[in-house]
Amino acid sequence: MASSVISSSPFLCKSSQAKDLGFPKPSQISVHRCQKRSISRKIVSVMAPQRSSSSTGSVKTGMTMTEKILAKAAEKSQVVPGDNIWVNVDVLMTHDVCGPGAFGIFKREFGEKAKVWDPEKIVVIPDHYIFTTDQRANRNVDIMREHCREQNIKYFYDITDLGDFRANPDYKGVCHVALAQEGHCRPGEVLLGTDSHTCTAGAFGQFATGIGNTDAGFVLGTGKILLKVPPTMRFILDGEMPSYLQAKDLILQIIGEISVAGATYKTMEFSGTTIESLTMEERMTLCNMVVEAGGKNGVIPPDATTFNYVENRTSVPFEAVYSDGNASFAADYRFDVSKLEPVVAKPHSPDNRALARECKDVKIDRVYIGSCTGGKTEDFMAAAKLLHAAGKQVKVPTFLVPATQKVWMDVYALPVPGADGKTCAQIFEEAGCDTPTSPSCGACLGGPADTYARLNEPQVCVSTTNRNFPGRMGHKEGQIYLASPYTAAASALTGHVTDPREFLQ
Amino acid sequence: MASSLPTFSRALPSSSSKTSPSFIPFRSPSLKITSSASFLPSSISLSSRRASFIIPRATASSSEGSDSLAKTTFHGLCFVLKDNIDTDQIIPADKACIFPSNQQERDEIGSNALSGLPDSHKPRFVEPGEIKSKYSIIVAGENFGCGSSREHAPVCLGAAGAKAVVAQTYARIFFRNSVATGEVFPLESEVRVCDECTTGDTVTIELRDSGGLLTNHTTGKQYKLKAIGDAGPVIDAGGIFAYARKVGMIPSPSVA
Repeated sequence: MASSVISSSPFLCKSSQAKDLGFPKPSQISVHRCQKRSISRKIVSVMAPQRSSSSTGSVKTGMTMTEKILAKAAEKSQVVPGDNIWVNVDVLMTHDVCGPGAFGIFKREFGEKAKVWDPEKIVVIPDHYIFTTDQRANRNVDIMREHCREQNIKYFYDITDLGDFRANPDYKGVCHVALAQEGHCRPGEVLLGTDSHTCTAGAFGQFATGIGNTDAGFVLGTGKILLKVPPTMRFILDGEMPSYLQAKDLILQIIGEISVAGATYKTMEFSGTTIESLTMEERMTLCNMVVEAGGKNGVIPPDATTFNYVENRTSVPFEAVYSDGNASFAADYRFDVSKLEPVVAKPHSPDNRALARECKDVKIDRVYIGSCTGGKTEDFMAAAKLLHAAGKQVKVPTFLVPATQKVWMDVYALPVPGADGKTCAQIFEEAGCDTPTSPSCGACLGGPADTYARLNEPQVCVSTTNRNFPGRMGHKEGQIYLASPYTAAASALTGHVTDPREFLQ
Repeated sequence: MASSLPTFSRALPSSSSKTSPSFIPFRSPSLKITSSASFLPSSISLSSRRASFIIPRATASSSEGSDSLAKTTFHGLCFVLKDNIDTDQIIPADKACIFPSNQQERDEIGSNALSGLPDSHKPRFVEPGEIKSKYSIIVAGENFGCGSSREHAPVCLGAAGAKAVVAQTYARIFFRNSVATGEVFPLESEVRVCDECTTGDTVTIELRDSGGLLTNHTTGKQYKLKAIGDAGPVIDAGGIFAYARKVGMIPSPSVA
């Protein structure tokens, strides 16, 4: 059983209440502190008179990263979980599906002639339903073009020629990957997006979460949003990452542990030696699926890896923040990563965790490698590395959907380490995979009927995407196994759900 | 430009279409009306845990006048769902291109409400060929509305004629969107009501200051509902924009 190899005993941090997994009540915090002071008075012979925190106004409770980011964005010196605050937004992202609705609400509420709060803080990234003949999908991109033109939006990654994505110099692709690649993700900031996987950006040590059109319309006009400060659940991952394990395995492990509602309304903070060893793209994969556990946002303390990535892509200054040593956490989970094994999420829930090796009798019909979760450069590098090591042909149709133009280019240009100078594209071709297609969200969420790699029949698919609820990729009876790129590639080679250790040693 | 989403007042079965400034159905005794509020359901809000859950008897409300009673009551057939109904089941992702900027598209999105449920799930929420559902109240289990942040989820339910949802718990973005759009009233039950109701049962929901009461006329059972909690002031005001205007964060919309 997977759970037996994890030394994860959820224990609550010392100052929080034992049974209540909610945030500590402010009144209880001050009572706790008063008790501490009265004890110490007996020990110390000479002591200044103790004043309550409210009279001095200077005593600060330790805050978590998320609390600090939100406090700063609300121009307050201190917040605690449960506080309802108006927060200044640094970046608002929207895409083709929700952008029209968000701007529509903005105009309805602020007036037809209203102007957005800051045309340089809005990033519009068409990515969901792009390469389709669906007229309403095409209409959405046109509508966004009009809004961006009228409002002078600085960052609009437009696409006009749907026949050849390469003919569109501005077009990027999947919004969450594009945000990172274009330098819009920076430590300490508040980033909102009209997409549930906006939490991906938490990998950069910022507060990032998904909102609906109405909230987005509000932000467009004001640059602010009303938020309730979430309590933080801490996940400490230590140990050397096995060579066959990826960040996708880690997050599926965690979601399987706490369930799809295990982090509802809470922050998931990831730290530990394993986290420190992860690349930015792997950290993005980890934070990407925080929403699948119900989480409000995910966050990883920024370090040299973060700064290196960010500073290569933007010159906008930023200020990293970190959780205080005496911050209160709602829950603590510890994992010894060296003992973990590749896992999948079986149909039809992201928390339906199982060991990949225990699913080896599951016959599959296809493999899908793509999306913000598993369609980044390193995801394709990993899949290609395994295919090259195996030296075999795939047994089922294997669909490759690079997340962005840049990823697509990397797939064709970058040599895969240890593969005799071959690129991902060459390895994929030799293994019999489908040709990497135009970058977009693709079939992760089904899409219009003509979407490439959409599940139009009740087939079994191993996918590097993020959700597998009924009908997610199209057909309601489709069976989706969520997996890491390694596991997806291994499964493609055997035609069954397969542990990547079969090919990686 | 036609309003793309209705304001909150339309979600309530009020006989009058004008918004009433004095209409405040929820005033939890422990709820402090400050300049801040949130979209957190009461199961997380600690202040509402301490709120009184003593529901006044139905007869007591008659003294408040028929007008307020009409605004605080939902009545109709219920449609029962279980746990983890995600947004793609509520409204399949390929329908996301429809945005209800006009009545025709609003009808279309309503006719597709809950069409993502497995084909084996019967009866359908909206019969094929229909635009509206005959069920005005949805009863669900845990984590209702998990998945996407797309507002199409609460919008399609409202467009199909649903007035309220009684779930055991909600996914946060869906709850927040329900409050922000005012399309459906998100209520939380204290027990697993979804196991004790059957699709087609006739139910009444009466909302009170300290919570609500769900009566299943078909089974004769009654269930307490949790107080709306911190989302109260935002719902009271009529959504996030109205609330922001009320607290002075934004001015009223200027006419183009």
